[in-house]
Amino acid sequence: MANALAPQKQMTFGEGGLALTFAALAALCIVIAAKAYTPEYAFHAYLFTAASVAAVFAIINRYYDRPAERAPLTIDGKPNYNMGPVKFATVIAMFWGIAGFTVGLIIALQLAFPLLNFDLPWISFGRLRPLHTSAVIFAFGGNVLLATSFYVVQRTSRARLAGDLAPWFVVLGYNFFILIAGTGYLLGITQGKEYAEPEWYSDLWLTVVWVTYLLVFLATLWRRTEPHIYVANWFYLAFIVTIAVLHLGNNATVPVSIFSSKSYIVWSGVQDAMVQWWYGHNAVGFFLTAGFLAIMYYFIPKRAERPVYSYRLSIIHFWALIFLYIWAGPHHLHYTALPDWAQTLGMTFSIMLWMPSWGGMINGIMTLSGAWDKLRTDPVLRLMVVSVAFYGMSTFEGPMMSIKIVNSLSHYTDWTIGHVHSGALGWVAYISFGAIYCLVPWLWNRPLYSLKLVNWHFWVSTVGIVLYITAMWVSGILQGLMWRAYTSLGFLEYSFVETVEAMHPFYVIRALGGFLFLCGALIMVWNLWKTVNSAEKAETAGLALAPAE
Amino acid sequence: MDPTYKAVSEFAQTWGLVYFTVIFMTVLLYALWPSRKQQFDEAARIPLRED
Repeated sequence: MANALAPQKQMTFGEGGLALTFAALAALCIVIAAKAYTPEYAFHAYLFTAASVAAVFAIINRYYDRPAERAPLTIDGKPNYNMGPVKFATVIAMFWGIAGFTVGLIIALQLAFPLLNFDLPWISFGRLRPLHTSAVIFAFGGNVLLATSFYVVQRTSRARLAGDLAPWFVVLGYNFFILIAGTGYLLGITQGKEYAEPEWYSDLWLTVVWVTYLLVFLATLWRRTEPHIYVANWFYLAFIVTIAVLHLGNNATVPVSIFSSKSYIVWSGVQDAMVQWWYGHNAVGFFLTAGFLAIMYYFIPKRAERPVYSYRLSIIHFWALIFLYIWAGPHHLHYTALPDWAQTLGMTFSIMLWMPSWGGMINGIMTLSGAWDKLRTDPVLRLMVVSVAFYGMSTFEGPMMSIKIVNSLSHYTDWTIGHVHSGALGWVAYISFGAIYCLVPWLWNRPLYSLKLVNWHFWVSTVGIVLYITAMWVSGILQGLMWRAYTSLGFLEYSFVETVEAMHPFYVIRALGGFLFLCGALIMVWNLWKTVNSAEKAETAGLALAPAE
Repeated sequence: MDPTYKAVSEFAQTWGLVYFTVIFMTVLLYALWPSRKQQFDEAARIPLRED
């Protein structure tokens, strides 16, 4: 009888089409693997083959297991949110976070004790360094952005995530890109451009994934039941669109052959450098800033149970930030072959960025007005507010360093590394930790295991950050001054190796700071593990699920 | 100096200023227009409403 009423189960166009596409990709990759110029490239082709075959099986298995009808958009008038991909991205973000912080600690130790390179090419500093930056920025940060954007766009639109397989394709496909990029660095496959190291085939794959991400996000906004598009979604959208444009612009390469991992960019020389830093700085501006500002605009009001301080300021913040950031890139090329006016332009826009950055910081911090006492009792909120304070600090330091005369001292020194880490550890990682401490109890419907451990995490890693950035300030300025010191006869006072020797104590302190930061993150993993595996449901957990008013 | 380069750079350096000023004024007018206050106040509460 049930059979007569239930609709006939049919494979959707998406399921069938995607399974066939992956089957074709698997066949193509086998051919490429067989004829590849290098064993490293063949290894990647086999990885693509294996992943494609796995995808075909996963799609077909899912088809047999699923009910005939698609998941309803609403249940009892409430949106039927799709949190599966959000959970996946949250868990894997923590995995990559630990991996990325660990590699960071290893390369910090390699700089202090070069012996730790062990004379092995695969684990030399030059290969591990892009592994560290990509792991923390794109793998950890990227998955945090995927998780929170899919969560926030659903909740603030009051609509189910668009697409059936598409959201899973985005999160799994993105992480496969990370796997290809990361193993490529270890094997020596790289374009040699900072933050744009992955070669042409990984770039093509990421393009497909990223366009799908944009479509899922837009389609979810399209089906929203809330008339206004909340400001966090504007920031997420700016992040997704701009990263797509930057990625395509900076990777306009022609491969040597489809059987080779090597490619060459269509422009060269100073044009290439300019496009690279247009890309590089906007990776900072739109990946590490706009995306995480979206997190700030949702999670801080939610956690503080207060509306954002000024919604109008958030609109001005948004438009001013995205229109100014895109021009700041040339400050990475001061005193180079880049035309002088372009360098000055980059510097001017960087200084103007002070205003929107601080406008956003004030908006985030002042959201707590009337609820300041929560800083004392809620370490999760404290993590997020301190992250916004770090955002203010590094967006003050950045424009200052972009001033040409300051840059002549700071460029190529450890000061830059310290600046990047006050932004990356203080702002990006802290706002991510805060968001994940909120998300995990909401997604798994469990109370957070221990606020006390969050407090420990906060203090251990804050001490780590302070050690890190102060060591780099001292080391960077010392380095810059030693490089420009002349004797009375007009000779350089120090040889390069003498400046390297002088760095040693600061490199040790920096590694200690990184170690503390990693310890903090491990405390977090333990806390989240106990949260997810606790038997207690969150029905009584006031903080996490209580209605706002 | 290459004339194309000169023309492009001069165009960027003058009209860029006009472009940014106009955009910024438009944003300010949109965000601060008094009649939109209520709409924005409601929008600010979107994350706080439970479904």
